[in-house]
Amino acid sequence: MKTSLSALSLVLAIALAAAAASRFVWLLPLLAVALPYGTLAIFLAGLSWRVVCWSRSPVPFRIPTVCGQQKSLAWIKSARLESPHSTPGVVARMALEILLFRSLFRNTRSRLEDGPRLIQREAKWLWLGALAFHWSLLIILLRHLRFFVEPVPKVAVLLENLDGFFRIGAPVLLVTDVVVLAALLYLLQRRFRDPQVRFISLFTDYFALLLLLGIAATGVWMRYFARVDAVAVKQFVLSLTIFAPALPKNPGPLFFAHFALAGTLAAYLPFSKLMHMGGVFLSPTRNLANNNRRKRHINPWNYPVKVHTYEEWEAEFRDKLEAAGLPVERP
Amino acid sequence: MSQPKPEQLVQIQYGPQPRDWMDPAVEFRKGTFCYSALAKNLNYLGLPNARDWQPFDEDWKLPPDWKRIILDGMKERLEKFRSFRLFMDICVRCGACADKCHFFLGSGDPKNMPVLRAELMRSVYRRYFTLAGRLLGRLAGARDLTEDVIKEWFYYFYQCTECRRCSVFCPYGIDTAEITMIGRELLNLIGCNINWVLEPAANCFRTGNHLGVQPHGFKDSVDFAVDELEELTGIRVDASINRKGAEVLFIVPSADYFGTPHYYTFLGYLALLHEIGLDYTFSAFASEGGNFGLFNSHEMIKRLNAKVYAEARRLGVKWILGGECGHMWRVLHQYMDTMNGPADFLEVPVSPVTGTRFEHARSTKMVHICEFTADLIHNGKLRLDPSRNDHWTVTFHDSCNPARAMGLLEEPRYILRSVCNRFHEMPENTIREQTFCCGSGSGLGTDENFEMRMRGGLPRANAVKYVHQRHGVNLLACICAIDKATLPPLLEYWVPGVEVAGVHELVGNALVMRGERPRLTDLRGEPATQAEAVHA
Ligand code: SF4
Ligand code: SF4
Repeated sequence: MKTSLSALSLVLAIALAAAAASRFVWLLPLLAVALPYGTLAIFLAGLSWRVVCWSRSPVPFRIPTVCGQQKSLAWIKSARLESPHSTPGVVARMALEILLFRSLFRNTRSRLEDGPRLIQREAKWLWLGALAFHWSLLIILLRHLRFFVEPVPKVAVLLENLDGFFRIGAPVLLVTDVVVLAALLYLLQRRFRDPQVRFISLFTDYFALLLLLGIAATGVWMRYFARVDAVAVKQFVLSLTIFAPALPKNPGPLFFAHFALAGTLAAYLPFSKLMHMGGVFLSPTRNLANNNRRKRHINPWNYPVKVHTYEEWEAEFRDKLEAAGLPVERP
Repeated sequence: MSQPKPEQLVQIQYGPQPRDWMDPAVEFRKGTFCYSALAKNLNYLGLPNARDWQPFDEDWKLPPDWKRIILDGMKERLEKFRSFRLFMDICVRCGACADKCHFFLGSGDPKNMPVLRAELMRSVYRRYFTLAGRLLGRLAGARDLTEDVIKEWFYYFYQCTECRRCSVFCPYGIDTAEITMIGRELLNLIGCNINWVLEPAANCFRTGNHLGVQPHGFKDSVDFAVDELEELTGIRVDASINRKGAEVLFIVPSADYFGTPHYYTFLGYLALLHEIGLDYTFSAFASEGGNFGLFNSHEMIKRLNAKVYAEARRLGVKWILGGECGHMWRVLHQYMDTMNGPADFLEVPVSPVTGTRFEHARSTKMVHICEFTADLIHNGKLRLDPSRNDHWTVTFHDSCNPARAMGLLEEPRYILRSVCNRFHEMPENTIREQTFCCGSGSGLGTDENFEMRMRGGLPRANAVKYVHQRHGVNLLACICAIDKATLPPLLEYWVPGVEVAGVHELVGNALVMRGERPRLTDLRGEPATQAEAVHA
């Protein structure tokens, strides 16, 4: 409880501080120029540093977690996706993992009933919630391209049209806006309600969720209720992209709250568990083929170790070998 | 030691926990942990800080600079293992792995949730290796490395059988076994090991096998088995040892020739290999396929595994055949070639009976006996009478490592369906890649750890109970030496009336050998007629 409240306070504080600061003209350069460039720089530097760190550690052993039949005898059908034996199989396995969260789809929930009977039942909600969240977020990010590029890229237009498929309200209600909020709320309540998950949750777990929730909420508010001047926002953002920042013509405190939260997320991301985004690509239990006996894997730091050689062994047990009539090298 | 009754043990609370996990607290209650390694074993292997101590002692007699040793060790391993570094960084604590661990399911202890087991290490990683952890401490999920943390590591890293079930369910494939392995490696640096791992390792280093059987003893057991098989079948097989020039070197886990019910599997091997006339030899030096180094450190894996290729080279064989064992096959499949290869002095394995080239083993040159036998059966090279196993209603336990490290799922099933008439699978979320561990793997199968083993084995036993009640299953077949040692007491505890056997024991029963005399008993020496009576 304490950790989740402090995470909430921190998110609110950032949003409120940004909103309040936007009232003071002399603070605008800080908010509209230093903040975006600063957080972007931290994001890029942090990200590269992290990835360099990971890639500097080698993969000494080929340790896939195999989830299906190996490729062995010709007449036994191997599981190409769950136990890939070649690169295309690995790529497909990774694609399933990254795009559809294959492993999470396996999720079960266990229950101990009288008897005793321990039952493992399918449990797909977490998978659904996670998938809904990540895909909505991706679409929303791509939709945001319309603020960054002129003319608006085709994908952004297309996505927005698809997203507004139901044509409800004005401005048109976008499905992903609803889904992202619902999914985040689901994930958050799960952290509170499930005793096991609550027990393992750290400050950062609440903070990440609440930060995203804050960003989504301010965004939705701007679009549907506050009706922030999108043209002004776009001019401002475009000016940032060409490194000629033009201070915005007052898009309002809400915009800056959104902006500052997004900046915080960018700067926080490389130092947090949110790096799972990049890490999942590198996971050695998933991105290696199960062809261990077919193809030798090289360990760059393989070093000689102290072994007990046959000669030493024979010397130690010579009497016994001879007494048992077993052949020896040096009679 | 009075052991808790099943009814008591199954009162498991998964409910909310009163205390924060970040405060290290561990109680070494009898029955839930393994004793420390004897100094003589550490000394024999040249491992640090050999001394007299026990986990329940207040003072663990750590070396004065233990903290520096651990932190340096962590740093070194973060730089050497991408798995370790990545798994320290990317867990989102989604909890998908939480109720996948048999130790959590059987004990309800939240620190047995794989995620929390890993957090015990991660919290230290954050404190000393990340900026946020250094600056923000507990708020960033970081905590100081203290002696109590070491005790907690010891307790929970030796309460993980490195079965990798959690890794199947993790969206990033985080493998808690990998973290446990490195955790044990670190503990090893300051002399905190368990005897049930280090004694076999020391034995294996010296004599060639975990049990410390010396060459003449090895020969005696093989000879004894040959005699026994002759009594049972009327056929005298030839089982040579250390014979140069044989085509195949056959390596089995030592329990196969010394333990029961492993021994019946050993008889099965002897019968089978004789029947097809394979030109093979055992080795008294490489008289162990298992490798308890896997439960100690990567270096120890390599030290103990070296003899396999060394012996194959010395004897001049063409390729290597391996018996039924779980962790042995994790090492052979995922580590051996990398550590001690290349095996360029051997040939790509070819079955001399069927001509099948085992392309999937073309580099490592070692074939699993189930692959070998399945190929024989598929090519019609064996005469089998499955009705000789009619006294058994069989189910199959996928041992963790053959399942999740190799994907050896169909071969044993194909064999079983060919050698017995009654076969039923356990529920699908408890087999194949989702198989539940026996609860005693990775060197935890010792008597003093009995309660924790029964707890850890509950999910497996429970699935067995399901098919026992539903289909009358009375035999659990498996392909792992640790299983064969630890499943019998587990089943006796939770599901009395179900026995344990190796797949090749059933092969041996069903195998119609040329010139054999009518079999009056199965390989266990149990009269075949009595079996008939049961089902009459
Ligand atoms: S499933 Fe993976 S990411 Fe989720 S809590 Fe477990 S280890 Fe962490
Ligand atoms: S490897 Fe197995 S025993 Fe260890 S934490 Fe994972 S599920 Fe539990």
